[in-house]
Amino acid sequence: MTTIDLDATKFEAEKLFQRKRLIGFGIPAVIAVYFVYIFFAFDLPGLAGRANMENAVTLASDSWSYKVHVTRDNRSGNVTYAVEGERKGTYPEGQRPDWVTGDEVITIDLGGDIIVRYLPDNRTEIEIPGFQLIEAQAEGRTVTTNLPDNLPDWISASDRRVGITTPEGRITLTGARTEVFNYFPGWELFWFTLDSPYYGQALATILFGDQIDPARDNITGAVSDWWNNDMWRHKDVAWAIGETILMAFLGTMGAAIIALPLGFLAAKRFSPFMLVRAATRRLFDFVRGVDALIWTVVLARAFGPGPLTGALAILITDTGTFGKIFSEALENVDQKQIEGVASTGAKPLQRYRFGVIPQIVPVLLAQILYFLESNTRSATIIGAITGGGIGLMLTQAIQTQKDWEEVAYYIVLIIAMVMFMDWFSGWLRGKLIGRKT
Amino acid sequence: MADISLSGVPHHVDGIQASYMAQVQRRRLYGGLTLLIFVVLMVSGFNVADDRNAGGFWDGLHQIGDYPADVLSEAWEKRADLPALIAKYFPALVETINIAAVSTLIGAISGLFLSLLGTRGLAKWPRLIPLFRRISDIMRAVPEIVIALVLIFVLGGGPVPAMIAIAIHTAGALAKMFSEVSENTDLKAVEGLASTGATWSQRMLLGVLPQVAPNYVSYTLLRFEINIRASAILGFVGAGGLGYELRNAMAWGPGRFDEAAAIFILLFGTIVFFDQVSSRYRNRLTEGQGQ
Repeated sequence: MTTIDLDATKFEAEKLFQRKRLIGFGIPAVIAVYFVYIFFAFDLPGLAGRANMENAVTLASDSWSYKVHVTRDNRSGNVTYAVEGERKGTYPEGQRPDWVTGDEVITIDLGGDIIVRYLPDNRTEIEIPGFQLIEAQAEGRTVTTNLPDNLPDWISASDRRVGITTPEGRITLTGARTEVFNYFPGWELFWFTLDSPYYGQALATILFGDQIDPARDNITGAVSDWWNNDMWRHKDVAWAIGETILMAFLGTMGAAIIALPLGFLAAKRFSPFMLVRAATRRLFDFVRGVDALIWTVVLARAFGPGPLTGALAILITDTGTFGKIFSEALENVDQKQIEGVASTGAKPLQRYRFGVIPQIVPVLLAQILYFLESNTRSATIIGAITGGGIGLMLTQAIQTQKDWEEVAYYIVLIIAMVMFMDWFSGWLRGKLIGRKT
Repeated sequence: MADISLSGVPHHVDGIQASYMAQVQRRRLYGGLTLLIFVVLMVSGFNVADDRNAGGFWDGLHQIGDYPADVLSEAWEKRADLPALIAKYFPALVETINIAAVSTLIGAISGLFLSLLGTRGLAKWPRLIPLFRRISDIMRAVPEIVIALVLIFVLGGGPVPAMIAIAIHTAGALAKMFSEVSENTDLKAVEGLASTGATWSQRMLLGVLPQVAPNYVSYTLLRFEINIRASAILGFVGAGGLGYELRNAMAWGPGRFDEAAAIFILLFGTIVFFDQVSSRYRNRLTEGQGQ
């Protein structure tokens, strides 16, 4: 090799390095520039202004805790006790939490030495350590208090409404009602509502103890009370999860059934007519391109909201995807096996059945099962749009903006559901086509 | 010798044939049973879904075309306005694509780290492999809408909640696909680099990434296609972009169907365009690998 040759090679190599260096720095630079553009296009500097940190705090604290409302109606003087302030969580007549005492003067012990007293004639006394005794009088539509002018930031007061936020709980006073919210960790009434005889009973008592409800066997009674729990609606939730999985199952399997014959039509090996092939392929592209969102919108007009609409939307979109995958798999089948079957005198249909199908079944099953899992997630999303399944329950719970413990519950269930479907489809795949190593 | 084989063979073949036929029969039975269970599941599932739907399947079947026909006929009447409407909604389309692109980028970068940290032989902290795998499993399992809805409540509507939600799911999904690739990497390059005293990040950057880059880019492009659809859907629940405009246009009902049609066209065109582009690049990337 001469010197000139070496020089040329060296020059080539240097040029290559230079190009690689340019790409190596260029791509990260382009990405960085794009991020800067997005930073302003998405108005990230303004995000701090739009973000509602109070919402975040409510969300974070409500998802793992519950509050008990002690409400005095200032017109009638009646005091009610209710978990989350819901009618379904109201303590039955004559029962109340054990941190409330007294009859004429109702004393509410929030803990941390914070004590609220409901006095007769709509008067209220609030004792907070390190702060003066707050006295309030509700009259008509106004509230008069002895609060000083310069208030700490945990008290907000006007002549219509007084709000006091303490680490132990919140107190609000208006002319119409006086309310105390006492916070506790946990998901209250998750098992039984207050009207169930099993509320507050230990698990061992229910399983092995004496019969609690004279009319029913302990275990049947407890299961039925839990299943029909009004606050947490376990029955509806189970149905909703079933609906979501049903949507995914019907959609995936229906799509596979429809896509298989169409896949033959779109594959060059099995479909001699160019026009048919092209038409089928464009059909696949079209139904895939329209996308599940638009199919959902269109189908919801015809079938109304519900799981069937969601299942059909998944079915139509995935027919396109499956058709594409299946026809690609069909083009790659081994001709030898088909010839072997043909040599025994098999007719075309038999050739497909014994020469082609066994070759593509593993690919098909793997794809179908993978889509079954991924469609469980899509079904949750479509359910939120078209109104069916756990997706709808989640959207509703988020829209009411107060049942954050239910939102947390649904999120946990959704994640568990998807992970279960993931595991299940993997297990089924292992059973049906053998685990790949 | 000949005698023995002549007397022995027929019996032998009969036995084989009988056991073969029995086996075939059993297989057919199992196959038939599986098929039967499947058909029963499909039919009963369909009936349950039909029952719980607001409108029935057979009642609605002939109405499928009604809505598209209404939209199309109105759009056709006002076809002169269509280009203007498409121009009007173009910024929303850009936002939808931006959401998908940013979340794919962020997801791919985080998925890259998650997969490298969760692959045996490559992980920086081998003891933490199960931890990183569980993290990516959970991120993958969360549907985008869950995070998006919660974040919309906190951050208000707009593209950012959708971006974060899609990025989280993408990171988990890509981490799984990436680690399937990186499990099959040739460790010789990594060992060679280690022998020169390269740090972990140098080993990954120079030893692993060049091997896996084509597959990683191909998976990322596939994700980008999926994320465009996801970003349109999340818009529908209030996260900005084309989906949000679509919901508004639909809420107006008849009279504004031309706007809905313009959005349909934009969405359809975008999805098909990016599908075609990305599948072309993906084919090129994976073809280069085989040779």
